[in-house]
Amino acid sequence: MPHPLISVQGLTKKFDDFIAVNGVNFQVGKGESFGLLGPNGAGKSTIMRILAATSTRTAGTVEILDKDPERFGPLVRAHLGVVPQQDNLDGELTVSENLFIYGRYFGLSKRFINNKIEELLVFAQLEEKRNVKVEALSGGMKRRLTIARGLVSEPDILLLDEPTTGLDPQARHILWDRLFRLKEQGVTLVLTTHFMDEAEQLCDRIVVMDKGAIMAEGSPAGLIREYSSKEVLEVRFGSDRNVEVAPVLQKMCERMETLPDRILMYADDGEKLLEQITAQKLHPTTSLVRRSSLEDVFLRLTGRTLIE
Amino acid sequence: MSSAIDIARDQSSSAMYAGRPQVLLERSWLAFRSTTWVPIFTGFMEPVLFLLAFGYGMGSLIGDVSTGTADIDYTMFIAPGLLATSAMNGAIYDSTWNVFWKLNESKLYKTMLSTPLGPMDIALGEIAWALLRGLVYSIGFLTVVSILGLTPSVWAILAIPAASLVAFGFASFGMAITSFFKTYQQMGFINFVMLPMTLFSGSLYPISVYPDWLEKVIMSLPLWHGIELVRAFWFGSINSGVFLHISYFLIMIILGLFVTSRRLRALFLR
Repeated sequence: MPHPLISVQGLTKKFDDFIAVNGVNFQVGKGESFGLLGPNGAGKSTIMRILAATSTRTAGTVEILDKDPERFGPLVRAHLGVVPQQDNLDGELTVSENLFIYGRYFGLSKRFINNKIEELLVFAQLEEKRNVKVEALSGGMKRRLTIARGLVSEPDILLLDEPTTGLDPQARHILWDRLFRLKEQGVTLVLTTHFMDEAEQLCDRIVVMDKGAIMAEGSPAGLIREYSSKEVLEVRFGSDRNVEVAPVLQKMCERMETLPDRILMYADDGEKLLEQITAQKLHPTTSLVRRSSLEDVFLRLTGRTLIE
Repeated sequence: MSSAIDIARDQSSSAMYAGRPQVLLERSWLAFRSTTWVPIFTGFMEPVLFLLAFGYGMGSLIGDVSTGTADIDYTMFIAPGLLATSAMNGAIYDSTWNVFWKLNESKLYKTMLSTPLGPMDIALGEIAWALLRGLVYSIGFLTVVSILGLTPSVWAILAIPAASLVAFGFASFGMAITSFFKTYQQMGFINFVMLPMTLFSGSLYPISVYPDWLEKVIMSLPLWHGIELVRAFWFGSINSGVFLHISYFLIMIILGLFVTSRRLRALFLR
């Protein structure tokens, strides 16, 4: 990687006795879209706060554009656009006032911000809402405004903590489209998510996290290739029979995961495997052949599903 | 056109201070423009109503008050005390409940600290806004009093800078105290202290009426120093006691700023 924008080594964060982040290493290059994937409590948000120079670390080194965020907080924060997990827009102000005053926090001139506001309102699809108090906006609109606000200062790096959590599917897709445009413009994105589809859609490279540590690192496709088979056959026999048939099925594939409601069988050709099962007179109540996803990677690495 | 990074680099910004407290005033002004004027008006009216009720009501029964050096008409006596109280009310309004809201409910300070602003920018900016409100209240009060012909001379205008110092002290200290409170019950503690202090600090009668020990307690409270300071400038009777009162408020200001900025860092940058 050419000189990285973000470099994290041996990062550890303890809260009293609880180790939230345990010896994490990663780097993010310019223009990259980097994701931290993991379940709630994996330490993703803690890492994000440390990157955002709003939290201290217990051990390790962090450099953002060659600066330690702990020592040069305001300078590091001047490089960053931050989109927190919970929208924290200024409820007493309108949409355009929110963008304006946020730019002023960065010390930008009124003329610069006023030009920028027009551009950002188009980006966030909020031109019609410019004089509306933010409380009257829908969840998706608030999220888009929060992202637009993070872009007022033309940051080198945009940090997004769970950008689409709590949004309905349509609002998520609109948001993904907006983030994809930013990526195309060369903005460096760092995001956390516990949605595998989001990580696959937006990230060039991800680290899979669990219990404060990194389990694996790579591109979404590369991780799937490395840790899972090409296809997955999902079969259900009803909760009683799942356990009964499991030993038989085990012999028919390289790897298998028995979940409470279904059995996942990993194979390169799912249809062929299903034919073998039916040939043995084991008739699943439902069956589904799909491509492997990051969910399967996570299951392989931790033995647990992402969303429990 | 300077970018955010150039701006941050130009200023020798530390982890505590980016040198931009005035943007807090801009933000308060934007929010203020669209809020209702009712709470501002009631806060201003309170001491005016006290002046009318006590000055004209009680005043006609009491007549003159002896301050030890001179006899003064009762309404004239209570006016500077109520001016100091007015400045305090204005400052406290913003620096306690409004600050509590921004700390715990709207998380505004947390948001601000995710930008290049530092805790000291927030403390200074918010306290300056509270001070401004105190100033507006005291100017309003002085205007009413002047119209009623209760000012001893034009020098009474010097009571305004004195009242500003009082407002600054209360704003700074009020914000520091509020930064420790997490619940509405704890905030009730502020009212619990403010009301008796307002009533007993000598705005309505000289504290020499108290037993010795109570007089000493009152003399340790900030409002008494505020009232005495404003009263001294009001009547143009500047004496050495004035320096004590000024020092009292300077210490309040410095202590308040120090504690507030430390608390903001402890709360949001840990």
